[in-house]
Amino acid sequence: MKTVLVANRGEIACRVMRSCRSLGLRTVAVYSEADRQSMHVQSADAAVAIGPSSPRESYLNMERLIAAAQASGADAVHPGYGFLSENAEFAQAVLAAGMVWIGPTPQVIRDMGDKQRARELARASGLPILPGSARFPFGELGSLEDAGAQVGYPLLVKAAAGGGGIGMRRVDRSEQLRPMAEATQSMAQNAFGDGAIYLERFIERARHVEVQVFGFGDGNAIHLHERDCSTQRRFQKVIEESPAPLLAQTVRQRMADAATRLCADQRYGGAGTVEFVVDADTHEFFFLEMNTRIQVEHPVTEMNTGRDLVAMQIEHALGTLTAMAQSDIDAQGHAVECRIYAENPLKNFMPSPGRLLRFQLPEPQPGVRIDSGFRGGDEVTHFYDPMIAKVICHGATRDAAIDLALDVLGRIEVEGPHTNLAFLRATLAHPGFREGQVFTGFIDHHKRELTVP
Amino acid sequence: MATIELKADITGNVWKILKAVGDAVQEEEDVLIMESMKMEIPVGSTEAGVIEEICVQEGQTVENGTVLVRVRV
Repeated sequence: MKTVLVANRGEIACRVMRSCRSLGLRTVAVYSEADRQSMHVQSADAAVAIGPSSPRESYLNMERLIAAAQASGADAVHPGYGFLSENAEFAQAVLAAGMVWIGPTPQVIRDMGDKQRARELARASGLPILPGSARFPFGELGSLEDAGAQVGYPLLVKAAAGGGGIGMRRVDRSEQLRPMAEATQSMAQNAFGDGAIYLERFIERARHVEVQVFGFGDGNAIHLHERDCSTQRRFQKVIEESPAPLLAQTVRQRMADAATRLCADQRYGGAGTVEFVVDADTHEFFFLEMNTRIQVEHPVTEMNTGRDLVAMQIEHALGTLTAMAQSDIDAQGHAVECRIYAENPLKNFMPSPGRLLRFQLPEPQPGVRIDSGFRGGDEVTHFYDPMIAKVICHGATRDAAIDLALDVLGRIEVEGPHTNLAFLRATLAHPGFREGQVFTGFIDHHKRELTVP
Repeated sequence: MATIELKADITGNVWKILKAVGDAVQEEEDVLIMESMKMEIPVGSTEAGVIEEICVQEGQTVENGTVLVRVRV
């Protein structure tokens, strides 16, 4: 029997282990001090301590993870999402230690992790690209104003090494450009050790739509349709759904084809996501980036297609995946995912760490999936992500899926930390959301209606 | 002359200290950045003044309410 070490924590570690078990694989968890009693540790066949609570000393510590994998006799490593999941060096270290890396090759991870390079590769595959500038290394802002004029306002100043909304600043007028570029450079230099920035067109009413792709490593690839992840707060996704509402089938098809082409051209192996920004008014779409890992919101796709993406990742890596064609993928109905965060929507979504004095989830029912890494009594610590659960609901129609989600969220009970449960329900019930009028500014725009005490 | 205290309003980690003792700060200018649950939370000075004391170190875990910085205003 082969053994998979899951180099992650929380719900995604638990979820990866479920697929491992369904494939008859043994699982090894790793844990920091804060996670000694965590659910993912108890879900595994074996568990290895990897250090103090700070992510840098545990879940981001490559040497300790490799040592844990070797000590536990692991044949393969699954990185989950976040942490080292898109770190080419870690992928390389796993391979160098003679184990299977459950993810794409270090080369693809490196290429897609460098956003400038990713744009060039996407352009070479014929994908539309958002107008953007070349990069400006730290302290070199020579022709900044010219570049700003070429990209057009409003624009975003983006840290080349940033991501997840960190290191992104909006500029509306040319006179704000230089001070904002300087501030972003020094922040990026401090935070990432790389002060390079670039400029990118900012779309006023943007939607974030991504395509789930799967490559077989030999130039063949398929897609499993799109997910709309427009409903965000502070560049962090809150609600994701598929299919994308109010988007013509022809547009969705062109996006899916473009994403599949990029995946095939890269001879990509495994699960990946190609992210697009879509102009909510014109429905033009532009390549944003490619994520070379499993996404938080992958269950949306699994609910519609009936596929187990994590199992597909593992089987592809182990060389046991049965080949599939695009025509084998059939998506039915509509799925909506809501992320439950320990945070306070009334205090500008400030994180709210603390012990879950009570955490009651509804009984399992058809069309409902709840992925969580916590139980009542567990501590939601400040060291890690504030997400405590994902609720994914599937229905024949979008309205049916949303109604089901409203019902399920209303039956979840949490005492201890603040949560966004009431906020999620207010969003799902909002007329604009019900109509499908989603865009990345939706929450900010409707904040007063959505955050009633 | 008075001294004000800038306190953490969340449990978290001190990620970056942006100022040194003796530096001038403007009202609302960021003095340090905290990190909690993967979110950056800038802490700005509530008044203009001069940094008198930095009570924490980068990487330190602080509780909600901990005094982070004293500013002479």
